[in-house]
Amino acid sequence: MKVIGHVAVNVFKESVRDKVLYNLVVFAVLLMSASYLIGELTAGQDVKIIKDLGLASISVFGLLIAVFIGIGLVWKEVEKRSIYTLLSKPMRRQDLLLGKYLGLVLTLIINVAVMTAAYYAVLAYFQAVSPPDLRASWPAPATDPALLTAIALIVLELMLVTAIALLFSTFSSPFLSAILTTAVWVIGHFNQDLRDYGATIPSPIAASIARGVYYVIPNFSAFDVKLQVVHAQAIPRGYIGLTTVYGLTYIALVLVTAVIVFSKRDFK
Amino acid sequence: MKVHAAGWTALVVLFAAVIGLQMIQANQPPLATPEGVSTNLLYVRSPQVLERTTLSFHALLADIYWIRAVQHYGGTKLSKEPNKRYDVLYPLLDLTTSLDPYFDVVYKFGSVFLAEPYPGGAGRPDQAIALLQKGLRTRSDKWELAQGIGFVYYWWRADYQNAAMWFNRAADMPKAPDWLRPLAAVTLAQGGNRASSRVLWTEIARNADADWLRTQASFRLNQLDALDGIDFIQRIVDEYRGRTGAPPASWDDMMRAGLLRGVPPDPTGVPFRLDPATGKVTLDPNSSLNPLPSAEHPL
Repeated sequence: MKVIGHVAVNVFKESVRDKVLYNLVVFAVLLMSASYLIGELTAGQDVKIIKDLGLASISVFGLLIAVFIGIGLVWKEVEKRSIYTLLSKPMRRQDLLLGKYLGLVLTLIINVAVMTAAYYAVLAYFQAVSPPDLRASWPAPATDPALLTAIALIVLELMLVTAIALLFSTFSSPFLSAILTTAVWVIGHFNQDLRDYGATIPSPIAASIARGVYYVIPNFSAFDVKLQVVHAQAIPRGYIGLTTVYGLTYIALVLVTAVIVFSKRDFK
Repeated sequence: MKVHAAGWTALVVLFAAVIGLQMIQANQPPLATPEGVSTNLLYVRSPQVLERTTLSFHALLADIYWIRAVQHYGGTKLSKEPNKRYDVLYPLLDLTTSLDPYFDVVYKFGSVFLAEPYPGGAGRPDQAIALLQKGLRTRSDKWELAQGIGFVYYWWRADYQNAAMWFNRAADMPKAPDWLRPLAAVTLAQGGNRASSRVLWTEIARNADADWLRTQASFRLNQLDALDGIDFIQRIVDEYRGRTGAPPASWDDMMRAGLLRGVPPDPTGVPFRLDPATGKVTLDPNSSLNPLPSAEHPL
């Protein structure tokens, strides 16, 4: 456990050295400049748009970090041949892999936490400067705590994407891993269509295959409640609970697969 | 070292050149668009395709389409082009509401943009009704949408039967305000008269959650006041004509006769105009309340 912690901290330090946290500056500048410009462009929907933009940005920035750092986690060690040094130490392969994963998750969580703080700061500003009659017309306050539900599910989604990127990085090149991870993420958003596919085709075999793929491919659309929270729609606790359990179970499945693949890999 | 300095110099010179060329380009007259070609491009027209391809970013894309719709409406409205067209307004609003069916303001404002007569708007009350009905299919308990449909029937179609029906339907919905039921009754009984218009605009001025809609309601209420004012002063002018056998040559005649204490102004403070030949009282052409609604289209 201690070993995993050391690896995780090192991955985080490495991401700081790699200037990954610079994205926070981009996020802050994007959100603040957008806040100013949006007021000029749209008819009184500033807060709704800032909420949408903030959530989408957190998701996109997180996704970029998860994919592009996740795919290099193992590959970099192999490429630099430092994997031999690492594996010669009293460390199990799974500890290295899990440490790498947790390190990137830590990086993501810190990133999202800072982005969330900046996001709420901008929303609090809007809340403060908006006249009371305008505030009364909002479905929820600008600094609605329910937004955290969407952010928490984004984090869970990113954790799953990271796990998938890590799995691909254990056996393929970064380029291929990036393509495969992105493909799984995109297909995961079409899951609903896969489920309904059976109703539109006459072949029962094709329908069964589509249904099978529906159950196997990670259902990324389940983590998306951005639209609902922005419109102050209640998200049932049961839904959040089930999605969380689904996400964590899927992450465990992917990590176990990654550990198996990594433990069987021959680095000679 | 010399190369280094030369590099920096080249960089500065090239940067200045790029800016300078861009400034020259900005001053060039724009290239003419071929006849019949619309510059309003919609790359994706199918809401279903857009919904699927935006993955988990529906809401953000809906915002972008909404901003495009507002810019398209505002840009076209302000354009001096004789043949300006609001040709992508409805598709933009349709795409926006497909991506985010809960985006209330799009139904509310979008229907106003669509229903407003050309050239101030698209002049398509049918599309305004279609947009609001689309909203009601998603949110069947949203009284504002039903009221919006009644509103379109009232003003832009002068169909008071349907307007009253929709106001009543809105009144049946949860959280509907009390004034909807009397409004439906007044619309049905005296459709299109000033009293029912005043009720409707007063409620909009009181309840609208957007500044521009409240401003619009205040403007319409001022127009109603101006119409009432014109009627009132016209009666006094007619009384003068009854007494003297001729219309007054100016407001001074009316004041000398003791019928007025001063030059009567409209609600914006601009004096009403008196035609000495006919004795007809009208708004001054410079009044911001022009044009007043016509008899066949009473606000």
